This record gives sequence, structure tokens and C-alpha cells, in this order.
Amino acid sequence: MDIYVLLKRTFDTEEKIVINEGKVSDEGVDFIINPYDEFAVEEAILLRDKHGGEVTVVSVGSEETEKELRTALAMGADKAVLINCEDLEAQDQHTTASILAAFFQDKDYDLILGGNVSNDNSTGQVGPRLAEQLGLPYVTMITNIEVDGNTATLKRDVEGDTEVIEATLPLLVTAQQGLNEPRYPSLPGIMKAKRKPLEEIDYDDLDIDEDEIEAKTETITTFLPPEKGAGKILDGELEVQVKELVSNLHQEAKIL
Amino acid sequence: MDFRLDEEIEFLKTNIRNFVNNEVEKVAMQIEKEDKIPERIIELSKEMGLFGLSIPEEYGGLGIGMVGKCALYEELGKTHNGYTTLIGAHTGIGTVGIVELGNEEQKQKYLPDMASGNKIGAFALTEPEAGSNASNLKTTAVKRGDTYILNGTKHYITNAIEADVFTVMAVTDPSKGAKGITSFIVEKSFPGFQVGAVEEKMGLKGSHSAELIFEDCEVPEENVLGEVGKGYMNALKILANGRAGLAARNLGSCQKLLDMCMEYVQERVQFGVPIIEHQAVAHMVAEIGVEIEALRSFTYRIAWKVDQGEKVIKEAAMLKLYGSEVYNRVADKALQVHGGVGYISDYPIERYYRDARITRIYEGTSEIQKNIIASQLRKEYS
Ligand SMILES: Cc1cc2nc3c(=O)[nH]c(=O)nc-3n(C[C@H](O)[C@H](O)[C@H](O)COP(=O)(O)OP(=O)(O)OC[C@H]3O[C@@H](n4cnc5c(N)ncnc54)[C@H](O)[C@@H]3O)c2cc1C
Repeated sequence: MDIYVLLKRTFDTEEKIVINEGKVSDEGVDFIINPYDEFAVEEAILLRDKHGGEVTVVSVGSEETEKELRTALAMGADKAVLINCEDLEAQDQHTTASILAAFFQDKDYDLILGGNVSNDNSTGQVGPRLAEQLGLPYVTMITNIEVDGNTATLKRDVEGDTEVIEATLPLLVTAQQGLNEPRYPSLPGIMKAKRKPLEEIDYDDLDIDEDEIEAKTETITTFLPPEKGAGKILDGELEVQVKELVSNLHQEAKIL
Repeated sequence: MDFRLDEEIEFLKTNIRNFVNNEVEKVAMQIEKEDKIPERIIELSKEMGLFGLSIPEEYGGLGIGMVGKCALYEELGKTHNGYTTLIGAHTGIGTVGIVELGNEEQKQKYLPDMASGNKIGAFALTEPEAGSNASNLKTTAVKRGDTYILNGTKHYITNAIEADVFTVMAVTDPSKGAKGITSFIVEKSFPGFQVGAVEEKMGLKGSHSAELIFEDCEVPEENVLGEVGKGYMNALKILANGRAGLAARNLGSCQKLLDMCMEYVQERVQFGVPIIEHQAVAHMVAEIGVEIEALRSFTYRIAWKVDQGEKVIKEAAMLKLYGSEVYNRVADKALQVHGGVGYISDYPIERYYRDARITRIYEGTSEIQKNIIASQLRKEYS
């Protein structure tokens, strides 16, 4: 089976967000593989170990993304490709999906796995957009996958319930929490990872029209959620409290 | 001079750090209460290949030099010292004997299983009457045909209950004193071998030290490790080799204590200001910082010397002494900086304080290190 995994380098989930000059600052921040993509890497390795074939991890990113790709190789992926987009100015989910679509044009694949969302922008768009562009069937938020020949049986998280879907390969899926427990890269795996192929290409090496991939969205402002004020405790007669509560919801919170 | 670590070593370090923070730190209190490392942590450690830290690549280990090993031990030192001791005693004194002195068959037979963690290693020198005076062994090994018959008792042996493979020192020729001692590889399953009482200890919970009892224990001749009669020298060599690693673990624990101190002194308010504003407190953390930097430089310099193939008997003893004393001083200051909280068992500081104490005793006491250093200096200057 030829398996590809889409991987994004994101902020460590423990990081505090700091805004500097209207942008989220990445100074001194630790980066990780987007946790949902980590589920995808793990699942790809499990499927490869079961059905044979090869796992290639692909990231649209910058020079620094090499570190996260090496981690995926250390976990057990076979190959990695870094599509460098450092020089590209305005990027959004449309840009990323279009670059990936151009990359996949001449590739053979049975399965493409991605994360359900990234823990930074949380749009959940890249996977579905890519599938649309490639004309592939896709299933998002999967919590289980079984492959038998040309068919995949998937369990999909639908807000607490589970949907079971059968789909034919080639197929694109995005991973939801619960799909698996990603392994820690083993120490010998890390030593081996440096000998595994990591290919770096520039986005303009691909067959792409720059205007086509231009971002379709624009960020107007960036701000932190307002700090939570102290709560208000009402007291006195129950009837009076109820009245005060309703009036507060009306006039202060403006939600009634 | 280049003080940077190789890229791969940095990579290995990051992964151990993640593992330690995400897994071991979360169960540190549980380890302390139950005196047991959870099975999940042991399994994950095996999967990660931590047990093969000091074993060459051709036998399934990591195959990295002493600088690299110290970098990884430093990370492991940043969590529960009982867990670190399980890994450290196995990858240190528990396997080094076979790696350095074993013949090809012995290495093939034991190391792959030890690298994967399927078999745990331990080192058995100390006896009730042979502590610092380690050549005063009473355990005997008498040759009968192609088998050695061992009789005697070892005590305080770390990993005794977990281990399958023991490097054991015993007397093969009582007339020759230190030169009549031989090292053996003894398997737990050999007839006549028994693990005795497990000690209750001040700290290092989750790591277990116990008695070993040999009663006509049969050890095949091919399990002699190194040469007959060289056992005492072997033991000293194995211990010397472990010293940089122990210092690196101590260094990691000191760093962890400083991290905790720096968080606390900026948060805790007394007399209307964070306590770091009180100069006496600020000076304590400054002193901790200096001790750590000095120990770090010392540790990696000696590790580098080991990697160059230099003889480091004196320097390794100095490092063992210094690293252990620094850890104790730092733990004491860190507790003082934390005030009452430092003494309360719901917080980790007092645990480090207790765990630090053993480092001045095992693998040769501080006093014995000074004896070694002084005798080496006398040799140099005579
Ligand atoms: C938790 C734990 C784990 C251990 N793990 C192992 C293990 O895995 N394998 C193993 O073989 N051993 C192990 N040991 C044993 C340890 O190495 C010895 O306890 C240590 O070497 C000291 O020996 P002793 O306890 O007999 O003390 P003693 O030798 O009786 O020392 C008592 C005091 O006298 C001092 N002293 C003795 N002789 C001299 C001298 N010539 N000059 C100056 N001062 C001297 C000592 O420094 C010490 O202060 C462990 C011990 C403990 C407590």
C-alpha cells in the first residue's frame, strides 16, 4: 500500500499565546507535530506494518519543519518530503491544499491520511480541500480504519456518536483523537531516521500558477480572548435574586 | 573547542525529555507511594529503547559515546530518581561489564535481550563485610569440572528483584587476596541462586536493593567474565566507567531543582514581594546556578576524555565525588528556598533531598573517592 501522511508543524499545546505587533509571536516557542497529524502518522505506520508498502510524510512548511519530519521518520515512516514555502507571502488553507494537489499530481497513492484539524488555526479544511482537488472520496474525523483489499471500513466520530462508512481506495481520511495512541520515537529509530530519505523541494518547483494558489482569505486583526472577569454572587431573598439575575442577563450580559 | 552536542544527540534528548515530562513525571508521586514503577512506564521505556542506552549498535543498542550517554542521563535525571536508578543501574554497572569485558559468545548471548529490556542487569560486589573494603569478599567460587560452585551472600544489590543477569564478584583463590577474585555472569535461573530480603530505604522508591544468596549455585565455566583472578580490577573498571553517567544523572536532578526553584521564587509572595526580591533568596538560587554550570562543564569534559580513550581514574573519582556533593548541596538549598512546602511530601522537593543522599554512598563513598584521588595524585607527583 502506498500511504501518504499530511503533516504540519505547530505550536506545542502547552505554549502560551503572545501577540506581538498584531501577530501571534513564535519567539521562544516549542514546536511539535500537530497532534492530530501524529495520529495520522501512527495509523499509517500500523497500516504499513499490516499490509506492507511504504509511508511517505509530506509537509508544506519551512526549513524548520525538517525537525518534525525527522520525528515522523523516527516513529517509523519510510520517507519524507518537505515542500518549502518560506518565500510565499499570503498563505491560507486554499494555498496549502493547492500546493499539495500539485505535489500529488504525479504520485501513486492508495491512502492519504491527515489530521482532522491543526491545533493552531483549527479550520479542518486542508484535508477535504485536497481531496476535492484530487477528485478523491474522503472521510473526516475517523476513529478507526480497517483496510481489506480495495475497501476501507471506517468509524467516524459524529459529535459523540459513531458512523460506520465503507469507502473504496484511493481515499483521503482525517484523524480524530481516539484513533490510536501515537508511539514515542524509539532511540534506535531516531538514529536510523538520519539515514532515511528526506527530500526538500521548493513550492515553485511544482507545476503551479502563483495566482491560483494565492490566499483567498485575509486576516484583519488578531486578538486574545478577553480576560475573564470575576464572577458575581447574588444574595438576598430568592425572588429578588431571580429578578436581579434576569435583569443582569438582559442589561449587562445582553444575552436575553 | 566546540561545546555543542551532535544533532542526533539533541534529537534523542528532546525525545527523552518529552517522554519524561508526559509519562514519568505524571506518576512520580505514585511511584513514591507504591514503591513501584508502573508497568506501563517499563513497557514504554522498553519500546523507546532506553534499556539499550549503553549497548553497541551491533547488539541492538544505541551505540553512542560517553558524551551522548551523559546528555541522555542528564534528561533522565530530571525525573523520579528511583526510575532513573532502574535504568541507570541496568545501563551502567549492570551491562557495562559484559560490554567491556565479555567475549563474543557472551555478548551475543546476553546483550540483545538486555538492550531490549527483556532482561535486566545488575552488579553484585558488596557484601556485609565488604563495603568500602570491597576486596574483603567472603563469597567463594570453587571450580568443579567445568562448573564453578558459588557460596555466599551479597547485599544492597540494586535491581536484584527485577534483574535476570548479574555480574557477580567472588573469591576463586583465597590465598591471593584482591588478586584471587573473579567476575561471573550469573543468571537468576541458575540452580542455587536466590534473592533474599528487600531493604526498606530512605529514598529511591521504586528502585529495589536486596540480598543475593548463593547456595551451591552452579555457574558454567563459560560464564567467567574476563580473566580468572582479575575480578577486583574488573569491578573497579566497571564502577569507574559508571561515574560520568552518575554525575550526569545528578546534574539533571540539580537542573530540575533549579527549574522548580525559579518558578517558586517568582510566584511566592512574602512581605509584599515575590521572594526572589529578598537578596538572601536570590543569592541561594544564584549559588545553585553556579554549582550546576560547574558540574555541567566537569561532566562533559570527563565524558569527552573517555570518548578520546584517555585514562580517567582520578578524574572520574573527582567527578563522582563532586557531582554527588553538588547534588546534596543543591537539594538542601532548593528545600530552603521552598520553605515549609519543601518539607511536605505532597511536593517533590523533599523527595530529591532524600534521593540525593545515596549518591554520596553508593558506587563508592565520597571518602573512598578522596582516597582514590589522593593516591592518584601521589603517583603523579612521586
Ligand atoms: C541503595 C543502595 C544501593 C546499592 N547498590 C549496590 C549495587 O547495585 N551493587 C553493589 O555491589 N553495591 C551496592 N550498594 C552498596 C554500596 O556500594 C556500599 O554501601 C558502599 O560502597 C559503602 O559500603 P558500606 O555500606 O559497607 O559502608 P562502609 O564501608 O562500612 O563505610 C562506612 C563509613 O566509613 C567510611 N570508610 C570506610 N572505609 C574508609 C576508608 N578506608 N577511608 C575513609 N573512610 C572510610 C565510609 O566512607 C563511610 O562513611 C548499594 C548501597 C545502597 C545503600
